[in-house]
Amino acid sequence: MSSAVAARPGTAEPWRDPAADPFLRIEGVTKRFDGFVALDAVTLPIYRGELFALLGASGSGKSTLLRCLAGFIEPDAGRIVLDGQDLAGVPPYERPINMMFQSYALFPHMTVAQNIGFGLRQEGAPKALIADRVAEMLALVQMEGFGNRKPAALSGGQKARVALARALAKRPKLLLLDEPLSALDKNLREATQFELVNIQERTGTTFVIVTHDQEEAMTMATRLAVMDRGTLAQVGTPGEVYEFPNSRFTAEFLGTANILEGVIEAADDQVTRIGSSELDFDILAEAGALKPIGSRAYVAIRPERMRIERTDPATPLADNRLVGRVRDIAYFGDFFMYYVVLDSGKEIRVSQPNLRRMTARPVDWDDRVAVTWDAEASMVLPE
Amino acid sequence: MKGRLGRAIVLALPWSWMALFFVVPFLIVLTIAFAEPSEGLPPYTPLLRWSEEGGPVIQLNLANFRLFLEDPFYLEAGLRSLRVAAISATLCLLIGYPMALAIARAPERWRATLLMLVILPFWTSFLLRITAWIGILQDQGWLNSALMALGVIREPLRLLYTDFALYIGITYCYLPFMVLPLYATLSKLDPALLEAAEDLGARPWRAFLQVTLPLSMPGVVAGFLLVFIPVVGEFVIPELLGGPGAQLIGRVLWTEFFQNRDWPLASALAVVLLMILVAPIALFQARAAREGR
Ligand SMILES: Nc1ncnc2c1ncn2[C@@H]1O[C@H](COP(=O)(O)OP(=O)(O)O)[C@@H](O)[C@H]1O
Ligand SMILES: [Mg+2]
Repeated sequence: MSSAVAARPGTAEPWRDPAADPFLRIEGVTKRFDGFVALDAVTLPIYRGELFALLGASGSGKSTLLRCLAGFIEPDAGRIVLDGQDLAGVPPYERPINMMFQSYALFPHMTVAQNIGFGLRQEGAPKALIADRVAEMLALVQMEGFGNRKPAALSGGQKARVALARALAKRPKLLLLDEPLSALDKNLREATQFELVNIQERTGTTFVIVTHDQEEAMTMATRLAVMDRGTLAQVGTPGEVYEFPNSRFTAEFLGTANILEGVIEAADDQVTRIGSSELDFDILAEAGALKPIGSRAYVAIRPERMRIERTDPATPLADNRLVGRVRDIAYFGDFFMYYVVLDSGKEIRVSQPNLRRMTARPVDWDDRVAVTWDAEASMVLPE
Repeated sequence: MKGRLGRAIVLALPWSWMALFFVVPFLIVLTIAFAEPSEGLPPYTPLLRWSEEGGPVIQLNLANFRLFLEDPFYLEAGLRSLRVAAISATLCLLIGYPMALAIARAPERWRATLLMLVILPFWTSFLLRITAWIGILQDQGWLNSALMALGVIREPLRLLYTDFALYIGITYCYLPFMVLPLYATLSKLDPALLEAAEDLGARPWRAFLQVTLPLSMPGVVAGFLLVFIPVVGEFVIPELLGGPGAQLIGRVLWTEFFQNRDWPLASALAVVLLMILVAPIALFQARAAREGR
């Protein structure tokens, strides 16, 4: 599995090592609000130096889990162990954990330098040490020269940097980031994502970042968890979750997927064959789908793994080949998305890279088209 | 065109309000302050007189203002008023801050009700409420009866017509003026700031001192001045609850005006009172303007 997926160069993958000890252990953490289950027995090991992303729709419980880690919420059940220390009953001001807040929560009456030094001042650290650390943090986030400004005089991106510097100033064992970049516009957000990863690698701090932006989670994280209604739908590297979703939910949540329904009809060491009432022909998938013959399954196919071409009614019918009519074409600049309506009425999305400037599209509105894909692109999911 | 006219009307309203109810009365008081008392109606001499030669003559009488500086009675009344106002505002702050904080931190659905309870006393007559305190504080009043019934004291305590009663009355009446501006600032405070302080290692008490308190200073100043300014000229509460020795400037003014019928002196005292309060009022306005920006 791992060979199919690019890992960050030089990154160890301790989660593959059964002997490795997790740095942060979240074990069966449950939280209810007036009977509503916001977290349902969440168990998640996170390793030292990871940049772990909690990804999920709004209301899926990401912030609740983060706030349990920070100590603002006490779980109803389960335990949280950081570096061997059980955090039950430890108040937020005694946890070796710091947080970068979604709103940044910079103290408006303090300068940037006072904000960054706030945490160390609480420990009664000597003035010289605080000054040194503040300077170091300002350099780390490239904000030298801004120490005497008030937060109100900073742009959104600068505030984000100061918030990060403040959260890192005490050298926490664990840094929590709640939608840290959601207030920034797209270009700045992308630049800041890379910078955040950079800083994470340089400091070696373990990061847990909450986001509802799947691109952000995919580009930044060593591993991510897709959350769904208080549970972890899937945990893995971005590549694993994208290429090997374990359910229809994750397949559709992370990226786009065309979902076809069928029944597993045959499997040998070459292919798995899935029959579908929706289609005239069978769907082929790679061997090893490991579902018993006769069981119902979903097949998910990513739009970019499909090919589209004008079809000639005389072409012979074949497996992994759908025929339909182009209803709509969306132009994204870097690619086209074709919306193809099959004869059964089902709609399929197919994307094609925009490889050449100003050429006529090979397929146009209302064309009759064939959509094909390779067996390895069929992701077989349990129903 | 239409917009500018609309704006002119909108601006004219508060200005004409100011002119009608502040500037004009103040000018009337100011002219009386420079007059001399006389028998008759009105009981003061006109400022503008026609001289024998037929020309107009303005006669300014500064004696009333001089009296304020020369007769220690008036100066002391002024200073005592300032002290009473400062102590009252401090008492209101000490009681009102925890109240405002508690309301601001109460669950959303309770806040309107709690604020209502703070304002509720305004729905009954001011005089009635002060009279109720007389009933509570007098020698045979509820408080003394209760204390004696509990065996804490044998003889009734002298409570009414003392500074104690005076401060109880003032603090009780002016507390809402402290609570409301404090609540306004405290409820606007982003709770994430307090969480950030705790997250960075500040215990709750230190988080309060370093974050909540400094950020609520606009409310503290506003509340302090909203109590301080009117209490300096307060007349009714000292009259009804305070001791006979507590000659506050408002009470002196009342006596001069209604008992001694010395309108010019009373007016001069009113002008001096206003001058004393110009500084805190200006401070209040400056802060309000700064907050607005
Ligand atoms: N303090 C709270 N009281 C009641 N319900 C809450 C509270 N905090 C969160 N919830 C509920 O728990 C669920 C998960 O919330 P949250 O963790 O904030 O989701 P996310 O961060 O993924 O958007 C939501 O349905 C939310 O309404
Ligand atoms: Mg959230």
